[in-house]
Amino acid sequence: MKILVSVKRVIDYNVKVRVKTDHTAVDLTNVKMSMNPFCEIAVEEAIRLKEKGVASEVVVVSVGSKTCHETLRTALALGADRAIQVDTEDGLDSLSVAKLLAKVAQEEAPDLIIMGKQAIDSDNNQTGQMVAALLDYPQATFASEVVVESGDAQATNEIKVTREIDGGLQTLAITLPAVVTTDLRLNEPRFASLPNIMKAKKKPLDVKTPADLGVDIGSNISIVSVTPPPQRAGGIKVGSVAELVDKLKNEAKVVS
Amino acid sequence: MSVLIIAEHDNKSLKPATLNAVTAATQIDADVHLLVAGFECQTVVEQAAAVAGVTKVMVADNAVYEHQLAENVSKLVVEIASGYGHILASATTTGKNTLPRVAALLDVAQLSDVIKVESPDTFVRPIYAGNAIATVKTTDAVKMMTIRSTGFDAAVTEGGSAEREVLSQVIASDRSRFVKEQLAESDRPELTAANVIISGGRGMGNGDNFKLLEGVADKLGAAIGASRAAVDAGFVPNDLQVGQTGKTVAPDLYIAVGISGAIQHLAGMKDSKVIVAINKDEDAPIFQVADYGLVADLFEAVPELENSL
Ligand SMILES: Cc1cc2nc3c(=O)[nH]c(=O)nc-3n(C[C@H](O)[C@H](O)[C@H](O)COP(=O)(O)OP(=O)(O)OC[C@H]3O[C@@H](n4cnc5c(N)ncnc54)[C@H](O)[C@@H]3O)c2cc1C
Ligand SMILES: Nc1ncnc2c1ncn2[C@@H]1O[C@H](COP(=O)(O)O)[C@@H](O)[C@H]1O
Repeated sequence: MKILVSVKRVIDYNVKVRVKTDHTAVDLTNVKMSMNPFCEIAVEEAIRLKEKGVASEVVVVSVGSKTCHETLRTALALGADRAIQVDTEDGLDSLSVAKLLAKVAQEEAPDLIIMGKQAIDSDNNQTGQMVAALLDYPQATFASEVVVESGDAQATNEIKVTREIDGGLQTLAITLPAVVTTDLRLNEPRFASLPNIMKAKKKPLDVKTPADLGVDIGSNISIVSVTPPPQRAGGIKVGSVAELVDKLKNEAKVVS
Repeated sequence: MSVLIIAEHDNKSLKPATLNAVTAATQIDADVHLLVAGFECQTVVEQAAAVAGVTKVMVADNAVYEHQLAENVSKLVVEIASGYGHILASATTTGKNTLPRVAALLDVAQLSDVIKVESPDTFVRPIYAGNAIATVKTTDAVKMMTIRSTGFDAAVTEGGSAEREVLSQVIASDRSRFVKEQLAESDRPELTAANVIISGGRGMGNGDNFKLLEGVADKLGAAIGASRAAVDAGFVPNDLQVGQTGKTVAPDLYIAVGISGAIQHLAGMKDSKVIVAINKDEDAPIFQVADYGLVADLFEAVPELENSL
């Protein structure tokens, strides 16, 4: 089985985000960037399937400026076999990214595409579903377990995926080729070892342009403003449970 | 032009999140249609038709829609999409699963988690875990968006008398098959619709200790929530996770117990009206958003709280 994994370079999840004073965007100058956490989980899942002998090749792809080579090299150090950068400006909308990824998928013909459920910058939670729709593939989003029953799966070409949904868990059986998007509980990603980081420098990294892929990118969405969220007025510390209950009843009036 | 909303339901009842989406829709246009795709879902249709502000309910009642799989529901929506200026779904796991597929098939973008309608083409949505608020304008012919419930009041569930239309399209999903579901059974209010929520974090220590929160929840009629750390540790099921990548809630009262207040958790609850934090670390960031902070050991404070309510 061949697996395609998409990875996005985003602001590190620990960074406190600041909005630019002119309210046009978030300030990303000199900010630590990392692989989107859900993409780390996607890479990890693919590598585990390779280690189990289920997958034969893991290809990682990122859409963005040259800076995403860093993210792709990280994925290679974690165990991916080769990488593709689709060279664009950063910050394309999800539909454009999905069109580019779908084209890469058509060229690579993977059996399984694993993506993050959400990029923690845009918080869109849509690119995977869009890729699946463009390819007319089935999808299993928000996965907390992916089961490839080898003998069975070869016969039916089906995988079973447990999904985290609002009411609990749902299990779907989907026929390959398919798109899976990762949720937090799917696995715990490993760290890249130093020798693997060195080895990753020699692994192949191809660069493609939207023109190579025959995709026109554009967007009908424009940003009017980006502002900081309303700040909560500072609260107080109470000295005891009795005081807390008194405040809730008589000041905030949220408890009767 | 009319607005279409994909109704959220479990074939038995209309989910409250749809009511918030109806309010968002009425701020865009007065002609609001609901699509109920399901199986043996007549009671949902009755409820949907009674919602104030809804002018038409379309129903596709067929076994192929029983589990509302994204593959076929998206194609059904595409078939009926013409004539709509906006297509909405709730920003729930069901809405997020399906709507982007519709958008891609219609070759338009999607705005996720809309919290405010500025005008029929300009909308507000949080990005970066709610640390920035983006106002975006779209010129797409059909504007697709998921609606975050906490941004809009619920529409009234009675008084409406919508026209009904039966859809006969039968679209199967032959490459996606429902296997099973493990849904949490609870007598408590649904997390996203509750007026009071008490949430536990890693500080709870184990799943058994969540019983302490149940005592308080019983007295307040509260729902129980959790941080990611509490879910990851297996204390409670995943559907209790509040946060950037879990559920967004905005109750009248949110009580955070043994939760440090990471930005990803705050993203899911900081619009609550009144926030209480109980934490033994006086420097925990949760205190920066709490209206009332109590620095205490939860194992003493929570039972005492239960007894004094
Ligand atoms: C991609 C991504 C997505 C995420 N999404 C979410 C999300 O949706 N929701 C979410 O919640 N998190 C999310 N997180 C995780 C988040 O970053 C934090 O790790 C998590 O919220 C911490 O949970 P916690 O506060 O329960 O645990 P901790 O940070 O470990 O805090 C435990 C707290 O309990 C207190 N405590 C311990 N014992 C006691 C006691 N006896 N009495 C009183 N207080 C006590 C401690 O002082 C401490 O403040 C996400 C992280 C990533 C990377
Ligand atoms: N520019 C990008 N390059 C590669 N993958 C991306 C990109 N943008 C989004 N994705 C993938 O789509 C997932 C969901 O992103 P989003 O829909 O933007 O929240 C991410 O976790 C990535 O796997």
